[in-house]
Amino acid sequence: MSLRQIAFYGKGGIGKSTTSQNTLAALADLGQRILIVGCDPKADSTRLMLHAKAQDTILSLAAEAGSVEDLELEDVMKIGYKDIRCVESGGPEPGVGCAGRGVITSINFLEENGAYDDIDYVSYDVLGDVVCGGFAMPIRENKAQEIYIVMSGEMMAMYAANNISKGILKYANSGGVRLGGLVCNERQTDKELELAESLAAKLGTKLIHFVPRDNIVQHAELRRMTVIEYAPDSNQANEYRQLAEKVHNNSGNGIIPTPITMDELEDLLMEHGIMSAVDESQIGLTAAEA
Amino acid sequence: MSVSTPTDIAEVKERNRALIQEVLEVYPAKAAKRRAKHLNVHEDGKSDCGVKSNIKSIPGVMTIRGCAYAGSKGVVWGPIKDMIHISHGPVGCGQYSWAARRNYYIGTTGIDTFVTMQFTSDFQEKDIVFGGDKKLAKIMDEIEMLFPLNKGITVQSECPIGLIGDDIEAVSKMKSKEYDGKTIVPVRCEGFRGVSQSLGHHIANDAVRDWVFDKTEDKPAAFEPGPYDVAIIGDYNIGGDAWSSRILLEEMGLRVIAQWSGDGSIAELEATPKAKLNVLHCYRSMNYISRHMEEKYGVPWVEYNFFGPTKIEESLRKIASYFDESIQEGAERVIAKYKALTEAVIAKYKPRLEGKKVMLYVGGLRPRHVIGAYEDLGMEVVGTGYEFGHNDDYQRTAQHYVKDGTLIYDDVTGYEFEKFVEKIQPDLVGSGIKEKYVFQKMGVPFRQMHSWDYSGPYHGYDGFAIFARDMDMAINSPVWKMAPTPWKKDDGDYMAIAAE
Repeated sequence: MSLRQIAFYGKGGIGKSTTSQNTLAALADLGQRILIVGCDPKADSTRLMLHAKAQDTILSLAAEAGSVEDLELEDVMKIGYKDIRCVESGGPEPGVGCAGRGVITSINFLEENGAYDDIDYVSYDVLGDVVCGGFAMPIRENKAQEIYIVMSGEMMAMYAANNISKGILKYANSGGVRLGGLVCNERQTDKELELAESLAAKLGTKLIHFVPRDNIVQHAELRRMTVIEYAPDSNQANEYRQLAEKVHNNSGNGIIPTPITMDELEDLLMEHGIMSAVDESQIGLTAAEA
Repeated sequence: MSVSTPTDIAEVKERNRALIQEVLEVYPAKAAKRRAKHLNVHEDGKSDCGVKSNIKSIPGVMTIRGCAYAGSKGVVWGPIKDMIHISHGPVGCGQYSWAARRNYYIGTTGIDTFVTMQFTSDFQEKDIVFGGDKKLAKIMDEIEMLFPLNKGITVQSECPIGLIGDDIEAVSKMKSKEYDGKTIVPVRCEGFRGVSQSLGHHIANDAVRDWVFDKTEDKPAAFEPGPYDVAIIGDYNIGGDAWSSRILLEEMGLRVIAQWSGDGSIAELEATPKAKLNVLHCYRSMNYISRHMEEKYGVPWVEYNFFGPTKIEESLRKIASYFDESIQEGAERVIAKYKALTEAVIAKYKPRLEGKKVMLYVGGLRPRHVIGAYEDLGMEVVGTGYEFGHNDDYQRTAQHYVKDGTLIYDDVTGYEFEKFVEKIQPDLVGSGIKEKYVFQKMGVPFRQMHSWDYSGPYHGYDGFAIFARDMDMAINSPVWKMAPTPWKKDDGDYMAIAAE
């Protein structure tokens, strides 16, 4: 089987890292050999796999050693749950330097050093929105081929999902990146499932899985574990296993997304009665004024 | 190549207009439309030259412009001799601008002056990713240790600094405090800002205002101001220009308390708000700080031109008009003193240069300021243009310098300039190093008018003598007789020489 290169994108705080790690843990249970590349300066994309926050990120070690050329792959790769290989790009503390450049540096390093040999899956976990070229690196040529967007029924999460689709569209023709589908991480907003499904339809993709909200995720997180490992027999573990199964069977089904405009996105919310129809005269008025 | 030498002014204008149409024809429609606005034939009596300026260059046309970093580090700050100027960012910008302008200065390099040295933070990948603030602070410490006689530091930002958002202001403030209030100036002159080096001049001027003037206001005056104090603003002492200017001001009874910034020092910058008059040579690069000093400290400023005796006389009298009779008498004395020298220079060179046609393309002030010097030698400037001028430059050019029918080209492209010279066939082209060999290979005499071709000074009476000699040397060099292609029969000169 050829290497599957996937990436999880989505609005900050939506649960990308949790969803991706649980899904990947379930894939590992299916016997898949996996590499996780954390592309977030916070370096917490592999925390649940390693039972600890990764200390030795590529960029921190490179800064110590002088340059990234001075590093060996073994220095940065950690082995976690079910032999899942974990690397974290790392990056500067908030407010200084250029984290985007750090992602580019790290991914180039991994490629040049053969980190992708002898594995079935490489998964990139990328921070928040695609704010600059650096964070678009995993969706460019020869990097991730299938993007899974983690979202919810909240307007801003859907907005971010649409924006990420624009990024995918931009690189779809030059590099062959495709949108694998949406994963809805339930926030218990109104008509969440319907909304997620219709956004998926608008983008030309499908809702891969609707992950219900369950407090057991929180319990597992506090133990720095995936639900798959913490409570393998729970309903929630089962949900993640279903998601993993769907991702696994989704090979080659990715599409080039058809992102929509902000207006269309608002219309979508109105169609489902989340927002009552608002005409232009009411824009900018407070609840009391309107 | 057709040699056309129309003598009638109407013919000249017609030829120049046709020439503009001809060069525009090769461009795609959109580019032609944009470039058309930058080319014109000057009409007498107009308030400006009728061209658009200070607009983004079109990609692909080979503009001759520089960047904001060049304007700040290369022009305004670089010549301040007792400060150390850090090129902050990757190594290239500092390396390739190293000592590129011949800003002469007096001092012991590496001990108390540093102009011809290159300081860079040499950014590596990790500095981009993690930010360069710590490295910058460390460099400042090293500078303090290795060069204890430095009088201050400037941070000249290269492009990446603006992209990664390094807080160079915070580092500068912290280190300034650590070194007992030493002047440390962060300059946000990232190269991608603006359309040319012009914005870099402005940013550098603003940095003087914010980090030198505003910080020294409360300090006691370091010198006793006098009634005849003037500051030379906008003379970068290329080949000693400021020195040959300064002596004239001093001989007429003025006291020069500062040179901005050729052979200048931080103490001179600090003293300038106490001057009685700022005399401004390069208006383009230093009008901003001159206006600021006028508004805030009430120091008037006057533009002057020290190229060629006619303009020098005019300028000396204009400067003197701001002072009392003793200075006005002094001006007349200076003019009289150098009369014999200028007459001798003109007597020697005018017969050799009379009627020769010149095309210029330079920066700053020179596309207009040097015209008078050529005219003093009987020469004629038939085309001129600015790399990074603004409309106020073209106004000054139109109102005081160029004559009817002069071809004007703003931000000229490589193709246009070549074509213009090919068709007009001037006797001399004055421009920069990038243009020099193109035109010399075309068989056209050339002088670099940025660096004075490693000669100079050209300012002042002494400079005029050197200017005249250099122009004669370029135009009347016997080498041009050897240039025509031997096997082309109509190039008779060469055959005649070969037959001798």
